[in-house]
Order: sequence, then C-alpha cells, then structure tokens
Amino acid sequence: MKRVNLLESDTDFIEELDSADFIGGFRDCFTCGTCTAGCPVHRANEDYNPLRIIRMLVLGLKQEILRGNIIWLCSDCYTCQENCPMGVKITDIINHLKNLATREKNVPLGVSTQEKLLKDQGKIYIIDDFDNKKRAKVGLPSLPAMVEEAKALLRQKWNRET
Amino acid sequence: MKYSLFLGCTIPARSRNYELSARAIALRLGLEFIDIEEFSCCGFPLEASDEIGAILLAARNLCLAEEKELDICALCSACASMLTKTAFHLNNNQNLREQINKELSKIGKEYKGTINVRHFARILLEDIGLERIKEEIKRDLKGLKVATHYGCHYLKPSYIYEGFDDPQYPLTLELILEAVGVTNIQYRRKKDCCGGPVLLSDEAIALTVAQEKLKYIKEAGTDCMNLVCPFCSLMFDANQKGIETKFESEFNIPVLYLPQIVGLAMGFGRKELGLNLNSVSTKELTAKLGI
Repeated sequence: MKRVNLLESDTDFIEELDSADFIGGFRDCFTCGTCTAGCPVHRANEDYNPLRIIRMLVLGLKQEILRGNIIWLCSDCYTCQENCPMGVKITDIINHLKNLATREKNVPLGVSTQEKLLKDQGKIYIIDDFDNKKRAKVGLPSLPAMVEEAKALLRQKWNRET
Repeated sequence: MKYSLFLGCTIPARSRNYELSARAIALRLGLEFIDIEEFSCCGFPLEASDEIGAILLAARNLCLAEEKELDICALCSACASMLTKTAFHLNNNQNLREQINKELSKIGKEYKGTINVRHFARILLEDIGLERIKEEIKRDLKGLKVATHYGCHYLKPSYIYEGFDDPQYPLTLELILEAVGVTNIQYRRKKDCCGGPVLLSDEAIALTVAQEKLKYIKEAGTDCMNLVCPFCSLMFDANQKGIETKFESEFNIPVLYLPQIVGLAMGFGRKELGLNLNSVSTKELTAKLGI
C-alpha cells in the first residue's frame, strides 16, 4: 500500500470543489464503502475504487488524482452515486475531475478524438451518401452529413479558450 | 401525439434496426415523429472532457425543439440523459442559464425551458399506455424468455428523472414486455452497466464488464436480451463474437431492441423490424415463433 503524503494536500482544491455547484458536499463521506461494493468496474479491475477517489479528494491530493489514469476507468454508470447513503454525487464528481485532468492534458486518446470529431463535424459519425443510400433502401429519411451551426458553436468557444 | 425524434449520432449510422423498429411501432400506435435535420450530437461524448461544451450542444438541440414547440423523444439512453440533465440544470441554475444563453445568442438562439425530453420507452408507457399497446397485439409471444438490460442512463442519475421508475428496482421495460406477452427472466447483476463508456480508456475492463453480464444471462436461460440503448447494443450484440473469442466462451444470445420485440408481438416481419441487421443472428429466434 502506497503511503499518503499529506504535505501534498491542496486545501484550496478541496474548498473550491466542495462548495461548487452540482458536485459539492463530498466531505459528508463517512467511508462506508457502499460505492466500491456495487461498482462493476471495481469487480473487473480492483485498481479502480471510487471510495479511494473520494478519499483522495477529501485529503486534497489534487495532483495524484489528476495525473493518474484511475478516474478515466469510471464507466459513468452512476451505481455508486445512487447507492451512496450520504448523497455524495460521486459520478458527477468523477466526471468533473475528468474535465480537470483534460485541462492538464491527461486525457485518453479515444476521448480527445471524439472531441475533435465534434469540433469538425458537430456529430460523431458523418452520414455520407453511402449511409443515406443504405437508409433509403430500408425507407429511412436521409440526413445531412454534418451540422455546421453546432461546429461553429463549439469552435467559437474553443478558439476563445486556446 | 407529436414529438421531435432525437436520433443522435450512433443510431442513424450504426443502429438502423433500432430506428426502423421504433418508427414502425410508433406509426402503428399513433405517435408522430418529426425529424429535425439540424439536430447535432446530444453532447454526451463531450461531458468527460468539456462539460460546458457538452451542455452547449445539448442546449442548442433543446432550442431547436422549442422552436418547433415539440417535446423530444430520444431513442438512445445517453442522449435522453444528456438532454434531460441539461434541461434540469438550466431550469434550476440561473447563473448557468445566463452563461449558456450568452453563448447561444451568438447563433441567434435562447434556451427558454418550454419543452420536455423523454426516452421512447417512457413515452410508450406514459403517453400510449399498456392497454393501447395490448390492443395491437397480433402474434403470440408466449413462452419467449427475455432478459432485460436496463443500462444506466435510461434511469440515472435519478435526480434528473422526476421519480420515473426506480434505479434500485427498475420495472418499466419489463412492464412493457409483460404487456406484449413475453416471459421476463431474472438474472444476477441485472442492474449492472454494459461497460461501454470504458472502451475509450481500457478495452479489457469494458469487455470484462460486458462478459460478466452475458455469463449471468446465459446461466439464467434466455431466448434473447432486451435493451434500449445503442451503446449497450454495441457491447452485447456487435462485440459478442469478440468477447466469446477473448474469454473462450460461447454465448450466442440474440440482442434485441425493445421495439423489435414489441414489433414482433404486433405482427411485423423480420425486415420491417431490421432483425436481419442484428449482429448475433436472430433467425433461430424468429423461426421458433414461426417467422
């Protein structure tokens, strides 16, 4: 078991996240472990442990959370959040942590690829002529290849941020 | 009853069997679907890396439906959840609403909060009703054993769904199946995830999660699975062969979308329901029913 170094604790990080809209209140966690007990990813790989993520957060171990790949193993299934007796929004919190990790360039290739596709097309899959022919063959209406206005909306936001 | 049909990205490209069967039974039941070509991705795939970008995409889609004054019917559980969650937050958080509307104003749009979003299965249950569905039954599915996979975002996070169904003891999909005469099969880990979202970061874990579920379904003894989300279908149907190879096991479980099963009860044929487009063959299954 790895030792926790509390000198690395970032108390501003704890304060900021624990009072944030949508995800605040994680210091209510009393370590019962119901989250991990029901987690389907934990059963597949014990390295993934939602209780551990919440404890790391309560201890303010920002860099350890944001630099590792552990948060990216969450399947977003909401089992832990629904089961938590203290109402900690575990899945919503982990999702926000994924956002923070992305800003630190810790993001799986699959996730950043999807982001690029949306920026370029406004949807994940382009519906080309071939697809529309297949759709027409079974009587489904044709669809446009991409959505220009959605692309523009994302691009103006991203251009401003980068 | 009129709705704007939200297909999302995956269904029109990869799950024409879901779209075909949903449109077929909707028409029969008197649900009118309006297609809005300008709909984009729902925003869900952006949630992990850019949550505000995700809300922006979702909000723009909501605005398009508002302009047409139509509630949204979503076929994909991830789309239903992303759009519902966005509406929930925009309706309950004034700061976020102002921030999002400021961005939307640049493309001449404003979120007003005038429409609702629901999953197709929920609309079948709430707006059509089981009695009306029963009136359309033309084929006896008695004895067909079906294992339902609820998946995650059809029911969760529960705070956005106003008490619809119970994520701890879900029942809604099986109520519809019971109404069309099939036998609902119970199995271990029924509420578990398909593993799909982990595919992007760790394929081995994703396939292990799906494999565990297929194993318990096989153990329970079933003719097919029933589900309502194209990501879940990807894991259990399209990836089933790969999972069998990887784990040296054999499942051979047909994976049907809810409207494909309901459509069978309503007397539709294989092609009308896109049953020829499923990855795991459904031929034996329909032969059993005399089709």
